[in-house]
Amino acid sequence: MNEYILEIEGLHKKRNGFELKDVSLRIPYGFVMGMIGANGAGKTTIIKLILNLLRRDSGSIRLFGRDILENEVEIKERIGFVLDRPPYYDDISLRANARIVSMFYRKWNQHYFDQLLEEFDLSPRKKFGKLSQGQKMKFGLAVALSHDADLILMDEPTAGLDPVFRRELLERLGNLLLDDKKSVLFSTHITSDLEKIADYITFVHDGEVVFSATREEVGERWCVVKGGRELLTAETTALFRGHRMSQFGFEALCDDTQAVRSRFGDDVVIERASLEDIMFYLNKGVHHA
Amino acid sequence: MKIVISNASDDPIYEQIARQIRGHILSDELREGDALPSIRGLARELQISVITTKRAFDELEREGFIDTVTGKGSFVAMQNKDLLREKKMKQVENILAEAVREARMLGIGREDLMNMLAVLCEEE
Repeated sequence: MNEYILEIEGLHKKRNGFELKDVSLRIPYGFVMGMIGANGAGKTTIIKLILNLLRRDSGSIRLFGRDILENEVEIKERIGFVLDRPPYYDDISLRANARIVSMFYRKWNQHYFDQLLEEFDLSPRKKFGKLSQGQKMKFGLAVALSHDADLILMDEPTAGLDPVFRRELLERLGNLLLDDKKSVLFSTHITSDLEKIADYITFVHDGEVVFSATREEVGERWCVVKGGRELLTAETTALFRGHRMSQFGFEALCDDTQAVRSRFGDDVVIERASLEDIMFYLNKGVHHA
Repeated sequence: MKIVISNASDDPIYEQIARQIRGHILSDELREGDALPSIRGLARELQISVITTKRAFDELEREGFIDTVTGKGSFVAMQNKDLLREKKMKQVENILAEAVREARMLGIGREDLMNMLAVLCEEE
């Protein structure tokens, strides 16, 4: 068996003035990847391209070792997805919506689905259109989890969810991952709770992948440096991926902790960069460069 | 077995897990041959990533505290001499810590305590 459940290479897509450039990432079987980036960075486009809801211009997307263009029906049966705009009918009940969706999946588990609805406190008789944003997300999640999918794709799954349900989502994903053949890809613009369970982080910025690495590698490489203003010269600025000046000193983002340590020694404070730090400074770097 | 993860701590999470399991082995709460929780099970319970958990186990394995048998899981390893030594050292440290606590309660200063220790060492 191929080692990766999802392999994307050299993916390109031009769309309404937005361009996705040379996107590559891989998720091994049994792991979680968080795709992180600011609004408009291209996360949703990537997820739609994986599901072939958008046509790619070039590049390859392999799911379970095969190209989705050649095995679309078979591959999609093994994917559970939760999209930003859920593809369900507003005017009919949840039960009726589920009946329609279930026809597309051979492994549909009605019993498990009913159980999830109950646990998520959703009435099967309610019309989909009457649900709140968070409830729609829960319904989508229940569908995604009810057909024994091997890969779960989620676009901003925590949008509109309260912290209580976010924890519940974590628990569900944890259960899923007890099976070392199942993987998850979710996009988000940062929620620290989900960040913790991600094995891999892919950072998307302005249509490009800035990095795609294990959470540990990211933590070791990226740091925030803080020190006095006099240390920020043309030479040292070259080390940084973005910085912020204040009256009393500077703060800067760097992707080579060791280089900073050997250059500045004890003259500066070096902290692990949070994903939020990375997002902030990279965005800033672009706007002000 | 108790494992508590702090998100506020500066120590990486894998380090926190490794340290606590190491502690459980050194304190005999986990004994030779005892099974450890599975990596995925532990990741689920602690709500952290699988890779982080795996790294903690890799660390313990490299230090010789645990053995991993493919398909069966991880177990507390046969204890080697270094391990035992470290274990004993820890005991000594604990006893000394207790002595320091007692001394502090009685208002015995650092210097007096050092002298007492020096005398004891001489006597040996």
